[in-house]
Amino acid sequence: MAMLSFERKYRVRGGTLIGGDLFDFWVGPFFVGIFGVTAAFFSFLGTVLIFYGASLQGTFNPWTINIAPPDLKYGLGLAPLAEGGLWQIITICAIGAFVSWMLREVEICRKLGMGYHVPFAFGVAIFAYVTLVVIRPVLLGAWGHGFPYGIFSHLDWVSNVGYQYLNFMYNPAHMIAVTFFFTTTLALSLHGALVLSATNPKDGEPVKTPEHENAYFRDFIGYSVGTIGIHRLGLFLALSAGFWSAICIVISGPFWTQGWPRWWSWWLDLPIWS
Amino acid sequence: MSTQIKSSIRFGTIAAMSLGLGLLLAGCQQNPPEATQQNGYRGVALEQVQSPKILAKLAEANQAPEVVPPGDRTGPRASQVYQNVKVLGDLSETEFTRIMVAMTGWVAPGGVSGSDEGQGCSYCHNLNNMADESKYQYQTARRMIQMTREINSNWTNHVGATGVSCYTCHRGNPIPSQTWFTGGGHPKNLADGGGWMGANNGQNLAGKHVGRASLPADPFTPLIQYAETIRMTGKTALPTAKGETIAVSERTNALMNHMSESLGVNCTFCHNSRAFAEWKDAPPQRVNAFHGIRMLREINANYLAPLNTTYPATKLGPEGDAAKAYCATCHQGAQKPVNGAPMLGEYPELGAPRP
Repeated sequence: MAMLSFERKYRVRGGTLIGGDLFDFWVGPFFVGIFGVTAAFFSFLGTVLIFYGASLQGTFNPWTINIAPPDLKYGLGLAPLAEGGLWQIITICAIGAFVSWMLREVEICRKLGMGYHVPFAFGVAIFAYVTLVVIRPVLLGAWGHGFPYGIFSHLDWVSNVGYQYLNFMYNPAHMIAVTFFFTTTLALSLHGALVLSATNPKDGEPVKTPEHENAYFRDFIGYSVGTIGIHRLGLFLALSAGFWSAICIVISGPFWTQGWPRWWSWWLDLPIWS
Repeated sequence: MSTQIKSSIRFGTIAAMSLGLGLLLAGCQQNPPEATQQNGYRGVALEQVQSPKILAKLAEANQAPEVVPPGDRTGPRASQVYQNVKVLGDLSETEFTRIMVAMTGWVAPGGVSGSDEGQGCSYCHNLNNMADESKYQYQTARRMIQMTREINSNWTNHVGATGVSCYTCHRGNPIPSQTWFTGGGHPKNLADGGGWMGANNGQNLAGKHVGRASLPADPFTPLIQYAETIRMTGKTALPTAKGETIAVSERTNALMNHMSESLGVNCTFCHNSRAFAEWKDAPPQRVNAFHGIRMLREINANYLAPLNTTYPATKLGPEGDAAKAYCATCHQGAQKPVNGAPMLGEYPELGAPRP
């Protein structure tokens, strides 16, 4: 495959974490590395096992394929393949593939001599997933508390878990996470609108500079976070959304079992007004 | 930016995050592990997750009282021995005395003569003439015995063979600790609207009886007392047919919150939240709850609400209504009231009147 004109500059040797030069090469446009190999291995094995599970289930309808975790009675032990064991192996494959991909990103960052922002950000997403299928189930004492792998079935899980706490909207960490998600979209929409406006001026006018963008936001809200600042802010908002999502689910069950509306009793019962 | 400033920003961020997390965990009720129970197919989270600490506290609070030794069932009937016995006249004299002694302990403990004003036998009786009907407590007790026998004989699809006694609700209190009045404890002007704030549909005030959610604080008047239909959603996926209003949904949600909190269980104890209304996906406990709602409607309409003319005005609610029963009145936070003690088995006198 042909390389882009500037691509040769980035294809530098070294920077690998382990394996030295062994897998330090490209396949077409893709860097491989030892973690590319492990990512491919785990992805392939996991996908095959999902298809095997679907064949046991008797459906290949993508909406209704359901790889369910074991019954609670198996606790933190291994379950028979057809009764949740597949879910356990697929979970290992998923974590293996995700973590491999993150470490491959680290190697690419090292080659390029840049910071680890991208693998760190992906790490927060992995952390949220691991919280759901490892940390919370371990705290509750059974793999059966993980969510099932299936488009419809995982929605049933989300719904039922939410209603186990009567009204999940009262979960304080859920409130924070939702606020971060919305703020992320707000920041992205403001930023995207600004960039599109600055780069698509009226016919005959030059493309606007960052100084123009700053001036616009100083007029609009009295402050401009700046060109680098908006990306730092966006990263912070997005990662906070994922982080607080993980917190909101890990406290539901392991640290609080009643309805979330009742959690607010501490506030309602403050001696100031009660 | 200098390294020093950068590192202080980093330190500040980490400190702030740890503090937030610490505060969050400090507000939590306990540490894992929890008591869990699976009620459906694996993986769809049809399960109960409960705190062993809370369960232990509930078991402690719902201890059954000591059983009064059973009496001889033979001999002359109470109606022949005593005067003015209208509701327990079918019992033998010893059975009758046994129930009177038990009731004193259940409802107005304080000894036979009463250790203080209004306690013991004298809570209901004129001690100079036990047949005197003048005390409102006497009239109320008579009606409540009829209600207990009605529940034990005609509502077995809710109370089963376990049955109920006075203690199920009273727990040693002359007036059961958990009852409701119309209005849900909201100031009338807020519930009814008026003033510049407008009507709030009786909600948005952390209702005491609905799990402290901002839902309508009194779903009991429409859904239990007036037996309006308990609905959450319309019957079609898209709003093509006339559906239910949000107000109707929220009212239903409030009643359901009350049921959950009263039994110490979550929504999935009776429902698969995939489709709340669907019976075929629902755990069997929902059938029991269905009959419980019908039972409440009957005993409130026929026994409790009409007592508003018997009670003194000080015992009535802000709207002039009598105290009424809901799930919490018997359950008091436990899935099985009084830890499932066999009330009817221990006190067969409270079953259907014998011929």
